[in-house]
Amino acid sequence: MTYSFELPLLVLLILTAGGAILVKDLISAVLILGSYSFFLALIWAWLGAADVAFVEAVVGAGLATVFFLLTLFRTAPDDTRIRRPRPPVVVVVALPLLGMLLLYAASDLPSFGDPASPASTHVSPHYLENSVADTLTPNVVTSVLMDYRALDTLIETVVVFTSGIACWLLLRRDPE
Amino acid sequence: MIGSRFESLIVRRTGSLLVPLVQIFALYVLFFGQYGPGGGFVAGVMIAASLVLGQLVFGRSGLSARRARSLLAGDGMGLLIFVAVGGLGLIGGGQFLNYSEAPIPGLPDASRRYVGILLTQIGVALDVAVAAVSIVFSLSRSARGEAGNA
Repeated sequence: MTYSFELPLLVLLILTAGGAILVKDLISAVLILGSYSFFLALIWAWLGAADVAFVEAVVGAGLATVFFLLTLFRTAPDDTRIRRPRPPVVVVVALPLLGMLLLYAASDLPSFGDPASPASTHVSPHYLENSVADTLTPNVVTSVLMDYRALDTLIETVVVFTSGIACWLLLRRDPE
Repeated sequence: MIGSRFESLIVRRTGSLLVPLVQIFALYVLFFGQYGPGGGFVAGVMIAASLVLGQLVFGRSGLSARRARSLLAGDGMGLLIFVAVGGLGLIGGGQFLNYSEAPIPGLPDASRRYVGILLTQIGVALDVAVAAVSIVFSLSRSARGEAGNA
């Protein structure tokens, strides 16, 4: 496997993630976060997860940026500079250790595309083999989301519905 | 923000080109979701993005406050479509969300599930689009109110 495409993308991803944290202005941070989502979408597309890439590009780079900007204009319209206190010593010591621990744990994960991994041996073969015959739907992601696992999607839709209701209830201004 | 008109010719021209394009592409993503990447969620977000863009570029002030409220009815409609299509399976004597038991005469099981997937995707798209647009309107309405008071 060659890394000619992944490596620049990964570097850009880490750079934009670090930039969003380190930049001095909140609006710049929001826009850098949008570009971070865009690079993440490219990585998903490269890994073959076209549906996830689609959602990441539309939601992460598009809608979330709009939400962040609107919230920013509502809460801090004049001064968007970030005043950042120095991080405590505990954080500086503990976070790299936690990162090392996570990297160490990640070495136990099955490698990418491993046909013997639990994710590829449990129910996915059934979906992949029977999706067209069962539902006439060649895109297995759609048939899993909307048919085989429709209850999950229903609850997710309820969550989206609730978020719309909650935002309106919290942010309404009219006295009625 | 939202509600203030853009008088710039470039912004209005680009907006009038982009908004219909994004909406047509969203419909394509919605109805092509069973053959390629995409589906209800993405289509809903894209419709919402196009509506927000249109409101940003061509919006008139004073409408969004009432619109945010009336939009929430559509939010429930999307969810209702999803639950109703799922409930058709119950009516036909099967399990909830099992579209193959839906009482649609003259269709084989696979076609019923195909139709069920299509209809629930429309429901999800409606729900997501309306929720996103109403969140944007709720956020911007308060911002505009403060700007108006100052």
